[in-house]
Amino acid sequence: MDDEGVPYDEDTGRPLSRVVHFDFDKAVLRPADIRVLEQHAAFLSTARDRSIAVEGHCDERGTRDYNLALGEKRANAVAEFLTAAGVRRSQIADVVSYGEEQPVDVGSNEDAWAKNRRAVLVYQ
Amino acid sequence: MRVPLWGACLAASLIAARVFALETIIINQGYDNPTKIAVVPFETLDSTDAGIADVVSFDLARSGQFDPLPRENMLSFPARIEDVFFRDWRILGIEYVVVGRLRSQPNGDFSVAYHLLDVFNERELTTRRIDAQPPQLRDVAHSIADDVYEHITGIPGAFSTKILYVLAKNAGTSYATYELKLADSDGARARTLFESDEPLLSSSWAPDGRRVAYVSFEGRRPAIIIQDIVTGARSRVAEYRGLNSAPVFSPDGNRLALVLSRDGNAEIYVKDLLTDELRRITRYPSAIDTEPSWTADGTGLIFTSDRGGRPQIYRIDLTNSMVERLTFEGDYNARARLLPDGKNLVYVHRRKGTYHIAWQNLERDEGIRVLTATPLDESPSIAPNGTMLIYATQVGGRGILAVVSIDGRVKYRLPSAEGDVREPAWSPYMDAFSPGT
Repeated sequence: MDDEGVPYDEDTGRPLSRVVHFDFDKAVLRPADIRVLEQHAAFLSTARDRSIAVEGHCDERGTRDYNLALGEKRANAVAEFLTAAGVRRSQIADVVSYGEEQPVDVGSNEDAWAKNRRAVLVYQ
Repeated sequence: MRVPLWGACLAASLIAARVFALETIIINQGYDNPTKIAVVPFETLDSTDAGIADVVSFDLARSGQFDPLPRENMLSFPARIEDVFFRDWRILGIEYVVVGRLRSQPNGDFSVAYHLLDVFNERELTTRRIDAQPPQLRDVAHSIADDVYEHITGIPGAFSTKILYVLAKNAGTSYATYELKLADSDGARARTLFESDEPLLSSSWAPDGRRVAYVSFEGRRPAIIIQDIVTGARSRVAEYRGLNSAPVFSPDGNRLALVLSRDGNAEIYVKDLLTDELRRITRYPSAIDTEPSWTADGTGLIFTSDRGGRPQIYRIDLTNSMVERLTFEGDYNARARLLPDGKNLVYVHRRKGTYHIAWQNLERDEGIRVLTATPLDESPSIAPNGTMLIYATQVGGRGILAVVSIDGRVKYRLPSAEGDVREPAWSPYMDAFSPGT
């Protein structure tokens, strides 16, 4: 486990990623991220005392209020995947969208936008 | 053309009010034959006009419909009708002249009297006397500009209005700050209404011009706040589970349309501010319904929805819940606002991967007109007289505000010396000196 008490990725041996990414104007999980979320779900299904919040984010394109709703759709897609994979509803403490308000990269280019379209699992 | 609002000749009484401001830079005057007008420096007993004529001239210039005569080109500086030689102005091609005088009262207040004159017909179009206090000098100047504009164009002026906007500093870092700002319509006299370390967005005005609503993430969760801009008093009107976003006051000011996801996904609701009753308006599972805006009569809302697969603008009738799609061109149309006449719509439109402000007439099927040319334009907000709209854009990687006329021909920008400026909201009419108030 890493310093937040989250397991290492079985495939890479590195701490399990807590970020999944999305295509433009989409809230559909990518196949590459599903393997990561399955490992989070497996961990949370055994560690019933642990809970997470899920944050949804967008890139800067499009309108701010639409992006707030889109970010929530992304966060919900993650939360619904986890609960379908065995995580209890009560372990998902919160689902919050920040829309385009909290970018990880403030650039106006495809690389920055791709990084910013994300959902983040925050272990509590 | 670059016109500094604050010339070196202005009196200290006006400059003292400037703590933080946006600067106005006219990008495109737009019209081929703007009306030629001369606003003569107002006469005072201490030989300065306190900048009133400059503010009036600049207001008229940024409308794009006027070409004010620079004072260095004036042949005389009359302050009364009897001192005006119409021939002097006719030689210069001037169509209208404003003359006036400013007098201080023993108690420190002042009075301004002015006349608007039609040079060709050699007659007075209007005259007015305004009594005010020193901090109101700019308000008086904007009121004069409104009056002049209305007498010549037939359209009420909107220079006395205010703008709300968000100034974000260091966004995307752990030391980000967000300020909700209130400024004159020309960007001057900005002051902070609320400051937070967490995002602020979606500000809008109540029709009384006294209350504003916005979304605040203070406490790391979104809440809708209504704040009194005079007293600063704040109240939380929505803090439900999930989204709390996009608040807009109804035309009568008694209801608030807003977006909540407490029932599962983003839906539009109307909250009665007198009874706190909450009514759900849209019912479309799994689709995003957001960005509501009222029709002028308060019986309908326009909104953004991706129920057809991509975001488009729809209208819902609040009496029978009938929904009608309004936009069909392109695959991303969002955040619409109706013009005061209810027949014209502006919204954010994506074209070839870039985002512009577009205009569309709802009665005539004549396609859309793209009003802006920068790539990330958003948040259009219309002046109460329906002639111009303010929007957010990016220039040089920084967020700034810009204004464009509804016909797309006049453009000016309001850059900030610092931070990213975004989310503008143009106030209703608020001329404290208007003869009608």
